[in-house]
Amino acid sequence: MHRKSLVELAAGLREGAFSSVELTRACLGRISDLDSSLNSFITVTESQALAAATAADARLRSGGAGPLTGIPFAHKDIFCTRGVKTSCGSRMLDNFIAPYDATVTTRLQTAGAIMLGKTNMDEFAMGSSNETSFYGPAKNPWDVAAVPGGSSGGSAAAVAGRLAPAATGTDTGGSIRQPAALCGITGIKPTYGRVSRYGMIAFASSLDQGGVFARSAEDAAAMLAVMAGFDARDSTSVERPVEDYSAGLDASLEGLKIGLPREYFGAGLDAGVGAVIEAALGEFRRLGAVLTEISLPNTHLAVPAYYVVAPAECSSNLSRFDGVRFGYRAGSPKDIEDLYKRSRGEGFGAEVKRRIMIGTYALSAGYYDAYYLKAQQVRRLIRDDFLRAFEDVDVIMGPTTPTAAFRLGEKADDPVSMYLSDIYTIAVNLAGLPGMSIPAGFTAEMPVGLHLIGNYFEEGRLLHIGHRFQQATDWHARIPAGYE
Amino acid sequence: MALAASDVEKIAHLARLGINPEDIPAYSRSLSEILAFVEQLNAVDTTGIEPLAHPLEAAQRLRPDSVTETNEREQFQRIAPQTAAGLYLVPQVIE
Repeated sequence: MHRKSLVELAAGLREGAFSSVELTRACLGRISDLDSSLNSFITVTESQALAAATAADARLRSGGAGPLTGIPFAHKDIFCTRGVKTSCGSRMLDNFIAPYDATVTTRLQTAGAIMLGKTNMDEFAMGSSNETSFYGPAKNPWDVAAVPGGSSGGSAAAVAGRLAPAATGTDTGGSIRQPAALCGITGIKPTYGRVSRYGMIAFASSLDQGGVFARSAEDAAAMLAVMAGFDARDSTSVERPVEDYSAGLDASLEGLKIGLPREYFGAGLDAGVGAVIEAALGEFRRLGAVLTEISLPNTHLAVPAYYVVAPAECSSNLSRFDGVRFGYRAGSPKDIEDLYKRSRGEGFGAEVKRRIMIGTYALSAGYYDAYYLKAQQVRRLIRDDFLRAFEDVDVIMGPTTPTAAFRLGEKADDPVSMYLSDIYTIAVNLAGLPGMSIPAGFTAEMPVGLHLIGNYFEEGRLLHIGHRFQQATDWHARIPAGYE
Repeated sequence: MALAASDVEKIAHLARLGINPEDIPAYSRSLSEILAFVEQLNAVDTTGIEPLAHPLEAAQRLRPDSVTETNEREQFQRIAPQTAAGLYLVPQVIE
């Protein structure tokens, strides 16, 4: 059953070929057998999953089922789940049992999807390798000595290892797309404001967006359709109807105008990755697309701008973790100052503390204009590059990452080197555009992702393009050795 | 922009982050590296460019000033470190 796609599983459940309880047990069995090598789950919610599966089976029998009823999924541990530990990969929330559900949690639950558990992630979503997690690194099923990417490393590893047919993720600078690329699966971050952030623990409020990992664009479409939509509880949620992402996936790509930014194909791109991307682009030519070189001249400013904006927003968002109302509290605090400093000093890991400090500095008196305001001005330049490009092309493509998965520990002591692994994905968050990574091939036996960037609210178009590519190729169907 | 130990101490204090004295040199190094990296932004002329705070340039949505949520204090305080009579307890704040 673990070899079937989400769409095939949904059909099987509807036809009565198997039950949701059987399917859920199969996933839980695989997690039990295989997750010790991946460390992709922080919490497995076995009894809850089986209870939900039983309820889903009743709905399937009575005819009240939807496209996700009875389908198991893995949930990134950044989404609040009522009554279930929600750690955000941090010691700060190791004791946190969320008292409410995130909107994404509620939507998936209402649709009858079965949560298998909460997945491992970089602490507070800050990282590109899942190495900053309080719960230890997650591993890449294609090579367990390599990183799965981050921050949604656990979710990516779980889907790539076929422990779950789909998983939720979040993406602030590439945290869905980069792990999807490194793990050889499909990952999509929709337009900013498309998926509610209520109950999604905040890192950088103007950049964060929830999204999904799956084995194909078709599967991702089914999940995104349920997750997306206006939510009055998220003040940045967009009041725009959700299109039917599963409709029109088979339409032809004839005449599709693909823009290839020259800045994405220069120095810093690994030759093996470049070759895979070139071959994938050849496939699009065969599908009838027209490829044009474009320029996004402010590309080189995206990572520096992000590393002012994101830490600044994180320093503000993480000030709520003070040891007073919930989460980690240091033992025997002598006064309120000691309570704050030791709870936060002991509760947060090094990368989180680094980013809080960069952010605090950038926002402090005398530096706000030089750093934060400047970065937001550059942000507009970056966004305007995209708007200009979309006047001439329908979609922008390039590599998702500059290299395939790096080794565990390789970049852990070099923050700036780690930050540069998001070089292609980060600008998309600054602009708020939708982005997706699909598997495009292998270099030195490790997966390579093709990155697609769409105009605002064109996540449906990205899914369509991804689906057509996946009908013509089979990279997305490859399974890592040992997980077949 | 290289940060001295005293700068790191000041920033950590503003952020109410407890940092061990022996870790200050390492933080000083990595923070200085990150700041040197973002220095590139200063090479760009952004005169007259409006900062982009929200990617879609949306305005804050407002709603009528009426009570719509229920008070769930008891439930939320179940996970608090220390409470009494509906209040959160902390060490003495005011001398």
